[in-house]
Amino acid sequence: MKSNTQAIAWGAFSDILALAAAIGCIMLGLLFAVAGRDEAIAFHGWVFAAAAAIAAVYLFKYTFESSETSDETGYFDGPVRVATIATVFWGVVGFLVGDLIAWQLAYPVLNFDLPWTSFARLRPVHTSAVIFAFGGNALLATSFYVVQRTCRARLAGRWSPWFVIWGYQLFLVLAASGYVLGVTQSKEYAEPEWYVDLWLTLVWVVYLLVFLGTLARRKEPHIYVANWFYLAFIVTVAMLHLVNNTALPVSFLGAKSYVVFGGVQDAMTQWWYGHNAVGFFLTAGFLGMMYYFVPKRAERPVYSYRLSIVHFWSLIFLYIWAGPHHLHYTALPDWAQTLGMTFSVMLWMPSWGGMINGLMTLSGAWDKLRTDPVIRMLVVSVAFYGMSTFEGPLMSVKAVNSLSHYTDWTIGHVHSGALGWVGFVSFGAVYCLVPWLWHRKGLYSQRLVEWHFWVSTLGILLYITSMWVSGILQGLMWRAYDSLGFLEYSFVETVEAMHPFYIIRAIGGLLFVIGSLLMAWNIWRTVRGDEPVDMKDQPRIAAAPELRGSSGAALPAAAE
Amino acid sequence: MEYETVVMISQITALLFFIALFLAIVIYVFWPGNKKKFDEASRLPFENDEPDAGNGRG
Amino acid sequence: MSWEKHKIFETNSIILLIGILVVVSIGGIVEIAPLFWLKSTVEKVQGMRPYTPLELAGRDIYVREGCYLCHSQMIRSLRDEVERYGHYSLAAESIYDHPFQWGSKRTGPDLARVGGKYSDEWHVLHMKDPRAVVPESIMPGYPWLAERRLEAKDIAANLSTLRAIGVPYSDEMIENAAADLKAQVDPDDDGADALQQRYPKSQVRQFDNNPEFISEMDALVAYLQMLGTLVDFATFDASGPNLR
Repeated sequence: MKSNTQAIAWGAFSDILALAAAIGCIMLGLLFAVAGRDEAIAFHGWVFAAAAAIAAVYLFKYTFESSETSDETGYFDGPVRVATIATVFWGVVGFLVGDLIAWQLAYPVLNFDLPWTSFARLRPVHTSAVIFAFGGNALLATSFYVVQRTCRARLAGRWSPWFVIWGYQLFLVLAASGYVLGVTQSKEYAEPEWYVDLWLTLVWVVYLLVFLGTLARRKEPHIYVANWFYLAFIVTVAMLHLVNNTALPVSFLGAKSYVVFGGVQDAMTQWWYGHNAVGFFLTAGFLGMMYYFVPKRAERPVYSYRLSIVHFWSLIFLYIWAGPHHLHYTALPDWAQTLGMTFSVMLWMPSWGGMINGLMTLSGAWDKLRTDPVIRMLVVSVAFYGMSTFEGPLMSVKAVNSLSHYTDWTIGHVHSGALGWVGFVSFGAVYCLVPWLWHRKGLYSQRLVEWHFWVSTLGILLYITSMWVSGILQGLMWRAYDSLGFLEYSFVETVEAMHPFYIIRAIGGLLFVIGSLLMAWNIWRTVRGDEPVDMKDQPRIAAAPELRGSSGAALPAAAE
Repeated sequence: MEYETVVMISQITALLFFIALFLAIVIYVFWPGNKKKFDEASRLPFENDEPDAGNGRG
Repeated sequence: MSWEKHKIFETNSIILLIGILVVVSIGGIVEIAPLFWLKSTVEKVQGMRPYTPLELAGRDIYVREGCYLCHSQMIRSLRDEVERYGHYSLAAESIYDHPFQWGSKRTGPDLARVGGKYSDEWHVLHMKDPRAVVPESIMPGYPWLAERRLEAKDIAANLSTLRAIGVPYSDEMIENAAADLKAQVDPDDDGADALQQRYPKSQVRQFDNNPEFISEMDALVAYLQMLGTLVDFATFDASGPNLR
């Protein structure tokens, strides 16, 4: 009984604390809203205050008016559900904006000559929406889901997990609306200004604490390898974010700041950050996802758990060095460029080790690729991972990079990783999670997943092939000489030559958008509780755990 | 000491150190006695789908 | 058995956390830290100076609009690039750039040495309607820049913030920031000479040909027209220790 009263006292204490924090945030938001030195920061003050006010009203009602005692047993899945929906929502937004700017490059009239619709303001909206909003929410949702199951422990904290999820959405809204209004520090993939960066730092620290707290509560002796990848992702992204965004604001109540690093130091710091945003946000985190969802969906343990340990340490050690390959033949010292190239080439090995580990998990169950489009999505994502981690080291070789850098080849490379790997592994995880989290017998429609898979795959192929051709063509045109020894093409001739490929790319992107809309529809119908239309085709594992029936067959032994 | 000498010594030391570290990890993961432990760990995703499924592992 | 030691990583999350932190720190420390001391990256080159207040305001607009997403400012040491854009870029040339704007994509041409290549009039027309001067261009139009008054109430604060992080603005430069900004668009202004003394090679003229007010266009064109003009490569010897 004593521990029960203690728990109630703790609960009441954290309710009051959360309420006080929300009220503090309202004050802070109002301060910026009223005294902000520019319109953008004042607007952000209002947004911040409004978000805090909604939180405060909810907390007040919960604390003082709700008579029901909260159930603090079992897994804490509310925040996971919100992040799963947010993944789908932001995915559609990010893909749509991406396709819009793809059409802008083919038909510049679509910029409309307005500040907030011009390519360069929307492009960060696209990149942040797909990387940080779509990818970030997928990571939040799956990490919170996976850590609880593999630790057999409830998520740590009473309000903290909610704060992480909603605080992160607030960060995304502030960042994206800022870009449209011209609030950016113009560091690629680190565009938000200082005050938005500070907010993200707070959210991220709480995320780390919730994750560590849950690990500490675990009832299993081992920490499953997926959690290592998630932990490396959380910690390293924190380090990268803090260092790369070190900036001095011009005034406390103004949006403008100057990054403390300048010139070549800033370039190196930025690409150390930028490449490891790829390495730790878009790779390590999603590998954590792969190491849970591929075995789970295939109902077989990972091909080699031992390989996953070697994979983990070599990947995180090597990745961090690869940044300078973004700066070949620039004013960065040669030794740094060479280091970046060498480590990038070495990175091929752990990357393919991980890919083989993921793919071979299916060994003995390859027939599932034919019958279960969700596992096909997961497996094809791993194949795309293998392809782009082969292409990456190739492009980091200085001789290749002299051709590929500054061209669309880079864009194509990024998208084979982003659409193929990150996109598909996230879609696969979402299709797994939704019936499990909402206690459904299966997805509303597995046939729609088939359609999503094929439409998106076609879109990706159009996208990356058109960008290969346009990138290599442009690189060759830039360095072409005529018989008299003069440069053969003016710059604008190379721009003109890109036009057909930009149209093909935009069509590929459109197909990817259509695929994501099919997913959104399917998820919506599943969440709403509609009866699945093709239940008989769906595998046992598609259902929520309590609806799967007796798990008759024993798991096959790990293939080693 | 010359700058070049310092650079060379530190490069070789680091190289040997990281090779040794890598070998240590590889030997560790393939040490026969550790097999059971890893097999257990690899089954974690299948055991705790429901929160109270925790009466006894595996 | 000593191999049992690795078990602590698997069973203790804090030690795993520290292990991860150590492993991911090494690469960054080795690659970034030396850049703050190496001669080739911190060396100053004759001619480099901080931006004038108007150029800085123009640069802030360049940053705000995300121009770097399509235009690089880094000429690589490759034959075709040097022939197309001019001398390859030196580390010293972006020494006062917070943040750097080297870029990663050339949807449009490199701008590291665009200064002086086109007339002010060309730039203004091109910004208002790129396809009026380059029919094949796919650049967005920026007509509003000419209509917007340059917001510069914080210009002195901008300079002193940059000084706090290492850009050598003098007290005099900060005190006269607002006056210098005005003087740069008006050759008849009394302060024009003093401006050019403080900032050698600064260009003083009416950039957008609209004397009614100082527009964002004035600032942006002033910035574009000075890019790559500070180091005199006729006298500068890049083959010596300055070769990066």
